[in-house]
Amino acid sequence: MASHESSYRPTNRLSKWLDARLPIQRMMHAQFIDFPTPRNINYLWTTGGLLSFFLGVQLLTGIVLAMHYAPTAADAFNSVEHIRRDVNYGWLMRNMHAVGASMFFLAVYIHIGRGLYYGSYKAPREVLWIIGVVIFLLMMATAFMGYSLPWGQMSFWAVTVITNLFSSIDSIIPGLGTRIVQWLWGGYSVSGTTLTRFFSLHYLLPFVIAGAVVLHIWALHVVGQNNPTGLEIKTASDSVPMSPHAVTKDIFALSVFVMLFAWFVFYLPDYLGHPDNYIEANPLSTPPHIVPEWYFLPYYAILRAIPNKLLGVVAMFASIIILCFTPWLDTSRVRSSKYRPVYKWFFWLFVITVIALGYLGSKPPEGAYVLWARIFTAYYFMHFLIVMPIVGVMETPSRMPRSITEAVLGSSGQPVNVGAPAAPPRH
Amino acid sequence: MFTIHAAKKGVSALLLAVALMVSAGMAGAAEQEHPVIERQTWTFSGLFGKYDDAQLQRGFRVYTDVCSRCHGINRIYFRNLAEPGGPAFPVAAVKALAATFKVDDAPNEEGKVKKRPALLTDPFPSPYKNEQEARFSQNGALPPDLSLITKARSAEAEAPFYRVPDHMIRDILTGYQEGGADYVYAYITGFSEPPAGVKLAEFMNYNKAFPGHQTAMPNPFAGGDGLVEYDDGTPRTVENYARDVTAFLAWAGDPKLEERKRLGLLVIGYLLITVVLLGFAKRRVWRDVH
Repeated sequence: MASHESSYRPTNRLSKWLDARLPIQRMMHAQFIDFPTPRNINYLWTTGGLLSFFLGVQLLTGIVLAMHYAPTAADAFNSVEHIRRDVNYGWLMRNMHAVGASMFFLAVYIHIGRGLYYGSYKAPREVLWIIGVVIFLLMMATAFMGYSLPWGQMSFWAVTVITNLFSSIDSIIPGLGTRIVQWLWGGYSVSGTTLTRFFSLHYLLPFVIAGAVVLHIWALHVVGQNNPTGLEIKTASDSVPMSPHAVTKDIFALSVFVMLFAWFVFYLPDYLGHPDNYIEANPLSTPPHIVPEWYFLPYYAILRAIPNKLLGVVAMFASIIILCFTPWLDTSRVRSSKYRPVYKWFFWLFVITVIALGYLGSKPPEGAYVLWARIFTAYYFMHFLIVMPIVGVMETPSRMPRSITEAVLGSSGQPVNVGAPAAPPRH
Repeated sequence: MFTIHAAKKGVSALLLAVALMVSAGMAGAAEQEHPVIERQTWTFSGLFGKYDDAQLQRGFRVYTDVCSRCHGINRIYFRNLAEPGGPAFPVAAVKALAATFKVDDAPNEEGKVKKRPALLTDPFPSPYKNEQEARFSQNGALPPDLSLITKARSAEAEAPFYRVPDHMIRDILTGYQEGGADYVYAYITGFSEPPAGVKLAEFMNYNKAFPGHQTAMPNPFAGGDGLVEYDDGTPRTVENYARDVTAFLAWAGDPKLEERKRLGLLVIGYLLITVVLLGFAKRRVWRDVH
C-alpha cells in the first residue's frame, strides 16, 4: 500500500488491545483517512464512492425484497404486486431497487468514461482496470437476472432471447449450443425452474461483486488514484489526505446524485422501465418489440447489427472484453486526454457512438436502423483496434504541467519535455 | 505530415458530419408506429398530485356498471375501497357492498364448498370462472384484468426524443407518469365507425387510439350520455365517465401514489438542505487547497 506516515493513535484500552492483535483500525485509518489523494481530482472522481453506495443500496433493499418475494412462475408476479400494495413501504423498497439498478449503471458508465478519458487504465493501473471490467460484467449478469424476477412479459422474453443466444454455438458444434441452453433453463423452455435458479444467482452474485470491489479498492490503494493531469503524486504538496478532503467532496457529490435517485424513486418510478413488464409473463404471447433495459441497449444494438447470430454474440461479448486490452492498445505515452489534442476528439466520437448505439438498440432492427447500427458497431471496434494504437503513436501531446501542484497553482518554472508522463520531481 | 491542427479540423468536421447524417438518417427511419395520444389533465399528476376521492367513487361506479361485466380487477380487495389515498368509501358501505357478492367458502368438514357473502378481505370477484369461460363468451378474445391496465399501457412520446429533447426534460422535471392513463382515456373514447376504405375483421371494432385500429372490445359507452347514474351532480356525459373510470383504474394500478408523492416531497426537501450544508462544508475544507 502507498507508504505514508500513519496518524493513527489508539485512544482507549480496547483499541490499544486490538491494535496489538489485529490492527484493523490502523489499516482502515491508513487507507481511508490518511490515504493521499491527488489535490486536483475533479467531481468525476466521486463516482467510486457513489458506486459503493449503490452496491449497498441494492444489497439492503434486495435483502428486504427477498423476504417478501416468491421465486416461482405462479407467484413471482403476484408477490411483486403484493410488495407494491400491501407490504409496509414495499413500494419504496421495490422502487429503490429497480431505480437503483439504473442509477448504478449510470454511475458506472461515468466511472468507465472517466477512466477512458484520463487514461486510468495505463500502467501501473492495468490490474485495477481489469478487475473493474470484471465487476462490470458481474453487474451486467446480476442486473439481467434481476430483471427476470418480476416475471412480466419483458422479463420472460428478455430471458428467452438472451439465453437463446447460446444456441448459436450449434453452428460450430452441432447440438452443443442447444444442450447449454437447456442446461441454463433447467428444461426445454424458459420456465419457473429458470426463474428460481436466476433468483438464487441474483442473490449470490452481489456478494461476489462485493468481494471484487474489495480487490478493486485494494489495487487502487496500491497504485494510488489517477487525476486529471495523469501525473503521479511526487511531493507532499501534490496530495491531500482522504479525510476530510476527498470525503467531504464525495459526500457532497453523493447527496446531489441521491437527489436524482430520489426524484426517480418518488416521481418517476416507472419512467426507466417498460409498460409491458406490468403484464404477467405469458409464454404464448410475444410482445411486438422486445427491448432490454436502457443500460443494455448499446450491446443489444451490436448484437443485432451483425447478420450472423454467432458472430453477433461474439461481437457483443467482445465489445466489453476489449476494454481489458486498452492498457496495451493505447500506445500514447501520455495518460490524460487533456494533453492529447487529437485523441480527445476521438474520445468524444466514441461517446457519441455508444449513445447512438443505445438509441438504435431501442428501435426495431429494420431499414436504416440496421445500417446505422452497423456503421457505429464498426466504429466502436475501430476505436480500440485502430484509433487507440495509431493516434497514440502519431499525435504530439500538448504541453503538460510538471506536477500536480503546478497544475493547480499555475506555472512557476520552465516547461518540461512535452509528453513526458513521469517528469522528475522538482527539488 | 500529420499535424495537430489539420487532424483537429478533420476530426471535428467528421464529428459534425456524423451528427448531421445520423439525425437525418434516423429521422427518415422513424415512422409513426402508434397513434398520437393526447395528454389529459389529471389531479394525480405532477409532484403534488392527489387522487380526487369523489372522482374515484364515480369511477368505481362506472367500473361496476359498465366495465365489470367483462373485466375483472382482482388485485383490488374490498378493503382497498375504504382505504385513505383511494376512493375512501365508508367502511360500512363497503361491507354492505361486499355482502352482495357471493364467493366460495372454505371447504366444510364434509369437503363441500358452499357460497358465502364476500368480506372486506376478499378480492373483487372476476366476472368469469376462468380464461376459457372468458374467451368463450367474448368470441375468443380475453378481456384483460384491469388492476394494472394504466401501468401496462403507455402513450408514445409525440416525437422521438432526439428531435425534441426538451420534451424528455420537461417530462422528467414534471414527473410525467400518466401516459397509461392518457392512453386508456383515449382508447375508451376512441371508438367510431371505420373511415372509408378500412375493412374490419369479424368481431372487430374501429378505435383511433388502438395500435392497428382494430380492437375486439366494443364501445363501452355506446349507450351515450346518461348511461351511468351520478348522485353528486356531476354531468352524466361519456367524457366524464371515461375520465372518472380512468382515474379509478389509475388508482387501482398505483394505490400508494399519494403516500409516495408525499414522502417524496419530504425526502427531496431534506436532501436540498443537506446538499447546501454539505456544499458549505466541502468549500470550507478545500478552502486552502485551491
